[in-house]
Amino acid sequence: MLRKSATSTQITHLQRLWLYLLCGLVVVFLVAPTLLVVPMSFSSSRFLQFPPPDWSLRWYRAYFNSIEWRDATFISLQVAIWTMLVSTVTGTMAAYGLHYCRLSLRRSVQIALALPMMIPVILIAVGVFMLFAPLGLNNTITGLVLAHSTLAIPLVMISVSAGLRNFDANQEMVARSLGASRIRAFLTVTLPQIANSVVSGALLAFVTSFDEVVISLFVAGGDKATLTRRMFLALRDEIDPTIAAISTLLILFSIVLVGASQFLRPGSKT
Amino acid sequence: MTSEAGRGGAASLPITIRRLTKHYGKFTALDHIDLEIKSGEFITLLGPSGSGKTTLLMMLGGFVQPDAGSIRFGDQEVVLLPPHKRGIGMVFQNYALFPHMNVAANLAYPLKLRGCRRDEIADRVAKALELVELAGYGERGVHQLSGGQKQRVALARAIIFEPRILLMDEPLSALDKNLREKMQLEIRRLHDRLGLTSVYVTHDQREALTMSDRIAVLNRGRLVQLDQPRDLYEQPTSRFIADFIGETHCVPVEVREGQALLFGKTLQLDRPLRSTAPAQSLALRPEKLHLLGCDVPPQLNVIEGKLRQHVFQGDSIVSYVTLADGREIAVRRSQGFGERTPEPGDKVRIGIAPRDTIIVPDDEPTAPT
Repeated sequence: MLRKSATSTQITHLQRLWLYLLCGLVVVFLVAPTLLVVPMSFSSSRFLQFPPPDWSLRWYRAYFNSIEWRDATFISLQVAIWTMLVSTVTGTMAAYGLHYCRLSLRRSVQIALALPMMIPVILIAVGVFMLFAPLGLNNTITGLVLAHSTLAIPLVMISVSAGLRNFDANQEMVARSLGASRIRAFLTVTLPQIANSVVSGALLAFVTSFDEVVISLFVAGGDKATLTRRMFLALRDEIDPTIAAISTLLILFSIVLVGASQFLRPGSKT
Repeated sequence: MTSEAGRGGAASLPITIRRLTKHYGKFTALDHIDLEIKSGEFITLLGPSGSGKTTLLMMLGGFVQPDAGSIRFGDQEVVLLPPHKRGIGMVFQNYALFPHMNVAANLAYPLKLRGCRRDEIADRVAKALELVELAGYGERGVHQLSGGQKQRVALARAIIFEPRILLMDEPLSALDKNLREKMQLEIRRLHDRLGLTSVYVTHDQREALTMSDRIAVLNRGRLVQLDQPRDLYEQPTSRFIADFIGETHCVPVEVREGQALLFGKTLQLDRPLRSTAPAQSLALRPEKLHLLGCDVPPQLNVIEGKLRQHVFQGDSIVSYVTLADGREIAVRRSQGFGERTPEPGDKVRIGIAPRDTIIVPDDEPTAPT
């Protein structure tokens, strides 16, 4: 097996062994921290402890029976869904506009819209807090959605721009010559063909908002606390394995989400 | 070609273009274009890349706004009309079929937009497929079609909603040579059957000569010559046209008092000179020239030179002749000599009939308006 060539060249699997080992190490360091919380969540111990002394589901019960945790989960979901809707629509429109823009301003606008990805989130959080205070948007769902959308829009834009680069602009022109208004041509011809990148942009936006903790620490107080904010505070105050249980559920949720997006994707067209 | 002007179908419209101008920064894409296209006419916009032919077509389609000028379809001014309200069919170089729809859905697209009933759509789709000889292909996916079939579907989609004008942007350039020649005749036949006013863009002069009623040659944003294919070929009005259409070798001539002189000898001409400029060119088509024997018919213009070589090209033989000033010209003939074939190095005489003696100005004049 090791003596067989790995590619059409003469390199054998044996010669590549070091490469496989390196890849293995990288995978272990990437994935192990994530998987460590899974056994901890089934622990009977009162503290985060590895390996767990005994197995139990008590921390899952604690999560599902706590009104605070449930409320926080609900807030997070609400914010994530609204962020997904807002940033997918605006991000797609921005990507489309910039794709067809012929003005010299285009580069500058592109950079301005990508700025939230380059600036440290903590600075954005402070800025958002200062801006929201006089507007009365702190500790509101609207405020959270707006703040999270600034982070999510660039991601949607990048994803949709990539989709548009592979799209043949003549098709939209043909549709318009055939009698479709520009918006109708977009909805019936362009959108179905860039649907994959729009959907993956939307998922990114959802996950960005759902995972977000720094901005939430600043602007999501009181009864509008998000799940991540509560987890972060719980981690500081009382180190208890409920967090491990929630983390495990979140990992499961992410896997289902990514799996669904892979499954929904229609066979790649050539 | 065969068609008569004004033979267009009831639904087709004439196009009137007036003083159409477009600048991109300092670059002039179109410079005061005037063009009248008759109802039902097949007109080709021909020119090298960057000549403005595609810009002009996109303006007719409504995708590019002119800086100034007017476009009328029939009596209607359309410059400010968006593409979807112009009622034009368009065919693109890369077909631009919708890959997420099958063939029938592609054809039904413009009909659905017009709110046609379902049974009427099915009926018209079947008829359109028949028209382009693709009956029964409705359920096929777009990616299952060959290049030629895709082009036919694109054509059918562009005419299924009975547009008044058909625009085509180099629709055959992606096909190989044999298929391209077949499709040229097919598109032309379809045009003759429907009588649609058609504007066709190409950079292939042979394609333009084959298909068009008239050809508008553009260069650097200006309309250089507008003529029927035969006139364009036989009576170029400028050096640019002579070089661009067909194979041409140009020899400088001197013009004095309405006479053209070649190496000091006056040339016999069939028609008066177009320009009085002192330095002009004699445009020589290889197939219009004759290698002469000993006896020279008096009505021919004669050039002397030295034979360099013969090249056998299957259907013809091309002889290259070096003139007194070192310039080289080519003479094409369809069969060999009867008695004596001149050898390379021999002195030869080349005859040109006065009607083939074409003098063109060296600069490019604008088309008369």
